[in-house]
Amino acid sequence: MLDLSRINCLGAALRDATTTYKSRVALIEADRHREAARYSFAEVRARAEGIAAQLQAEGLQPGDRCAILMQNQSKWLISATAALWAGAVLVPLDYKLTAGEQLALLAHARPRVLITEHATWERLLTESPGAPQALAELVVIVTEPPPDRALGRARAWQPKDAPFTYHERQRDDVACIVYSSGTSGTPKGCMLTHHNYLEQAQVLGRLYPMDEGDKFFSILPTNHAIDFMVGYLLPHMMGGAIVHQRTLRPAFIAATMQRYGITHIALVPTILKNLERKVKDRLDELPKWQRLLIDGLIDLNDAATRRAPNHAISRNLLRPLHDTFGGKLRLIFAGGAFVERGTAEFFNRIGIPVVIGYGLTEAGTVLTVNDLKPFRGDSVGKPVPGAEIEVRGANERGVGEIWARGPTVMKGYLDAPELTAEAIQGGWLRTGDLGFIDAAGHLHLVGRAKNMIVTEGGKNVYPEDIEALIGELDGCEEFAVYAANYIWPTGKLTDERLVAVLRPKRGDDPDQRAAPDRLLAALRRQNRGLADYKRLAGVILWEHEFPRTASQKLRRDQLAHQLRERLARAEAIQDL
Amino acid sequence: MAADTLPTLIKLAAARYGAEATKLGPDDDIFESLGIDSFQAVELISDLEDEFDVELPDYELQGVKTFSALAAKIDKRR
Repeated sequence: MLDLSRINCLGAALRDATTTYKSRVALIEADRHREAARYSFAEVRARAEGIAAQLQAEGLQPGDRCAILMQNQSKWLISATAALWAGAVLVPLDYKLTAGEQLALLAHARPRVLITEHATWERLLTESPGAPQALAELVVIVTEPPPDRALGRARAWQPKDAPFTYHERQRDDVACIVYSSGTSGTPKGCMLTHHNYLEQAQVLGRLYPMDEGDKFFSILPTNHAIDFMVGYLLPHMMGGAIVHQRTLRPAFIAATMQRYGITHIALVPTILKNLERKVKDRLDELPKWQRLLIDGLIDLNDAATRRAPNHAISRNLLRPLHDTFGGKLRLIFAGGAFVERGTAEFFNRIGIPVVIGYGLTEAGTVLTVNDLKPFRGDSVGKPVPGAEIEVRGANERGVGEIWARGPTVMKGYLDAPELTAEAIQGGWLRTGDLGFIDAAGHLHLVGRAKNMIVTEGGKNVYPEDIEALIGELDGCEEFAVYAANYIWPTGKLTDERLVAVLRPKRGDDPDQRAAPDRLLAALRRQNRGLADYKRLAGVILWEHEFPRTASQKLRRDQLAHQLRERLARAEAIQDL
Repeated sequence: MAADTLPTLIKLAAARYGAEATKLGPDDDIFESLGIDSFQAVELISDLEDEFDVELPDYELQGVKTFSALAAKIDKRR
């Protein structure tokens, strides 16, 4: 691991890495069963310098923003490194959003340059009505250009054989603007500084070291805080290799793990759960005596590795299970959403520990993390060195809202001083999550204090955004969208669903009884148009006028209170 | 567009997920009309690659929602 304490910015750390580890493998890109690219650190340096030269030739200045909108691939990381070396502020965008949502974020971030895949660029142009202002002044650089077509105003991604000027940034300068949510309404662009990232990287690098020959398989979107740290910055800073697979289908993922001997991977809980089910199904198919033998070996492994993981022991005891994951997998980072205790414990018992942490984009990658000494599947771990956690307004069970302070907390939201003032008070970040700290200092999450959900795939969804997307509903007096667990807290982070509260119109319509049905049909139509993770799961029909402020703003907490007082969750919510 | 792409695509999709091909229209939302999520759609993409002998890269399928849009992506590669 590089010593980051004397380094000022991410660009400097990445430059150090490319000279320190120059002959080691830095990036491998597979596409199905082919290897599309393989670069040593020295080759990454040469290519990133060539792209930095291209960016500067296009007019990029230090402090300008450079957006990256791509699926995971080596060009993503080379582009990011190039932009950082040119002194730019990175704006990583989510390729899974709709074109409209991506345009809204581009309009908010106002980057000087956008680097994207050609197919994505075409989609931005064709799916957005008119000529959006967001794109007017943008320099667009595209990868994977079709060989036989003109690119219009876009330029092809091409390392330039020309000198470039390296621009050092200061620790307190913004390194990245990462959108945590809010594709309508006010986007929340978290401004994270070089200091934020360097401090986080130093801590995580010590906790989970990587070495030459280790390979991190990057399959979570790199724009997400977790992959950006563990699937880009950390392997580079520690001299490990990063493996990409352009075709993320189960068969190719498994083959890639085998072929390259993947040692580290980050997954969202849904994928982890699927893997658990597959392994268990395989175990269930075994003859009874074999099953008993494997169960015995799992128990033995559990006892042998209770204090700390030991991959060599686990692999020798449970080789067939480990071979399912390529045989070399040592560590799974789980993040983005709630990890079920049983799943984490299962993987730990077979000797592939799952690192469970708790974090928000607003605070880098993680605030607390399980250090595996020993493994615990029931908590989200202890605060990482430097981070402080406070539980405020605790009830008699010690449960209260989690506040955090530390070197990874963002500077604020881009162009949203009011949101920033709500989120950061007196240097403390208000997380909006509920939890308690146990006697061993481990944090436990029990729910959310704010009206939002995190999908199983790790996306933050704010009901206010969904309201804006639904817009007007014929036959509806007023409506509001809620996280069901906000109205009826369950004390858990499972079964998070979005529900709409509707007050149907009661006009002079003679066909009044049919009105709610027509309204529901209209809502279903609107719902279908939303990205799948934003869709409403249910509706609550409500006869009473919504409580509002003098300026007609919905009093969301009061309405939730009224609903909770008068209705039981199970009866109130109709499936949509 | 090759004349057979869309009907073949719809036939394969219907067969794979137990839907009625006659009830699926070119502009229908693939996920909605078949009641599948993007994980499940992977199987269909593999079927289509075999049937049409093409490779459909993930980065081109991003944002594709309707049968006709998917058929167009297949044709581009045929």
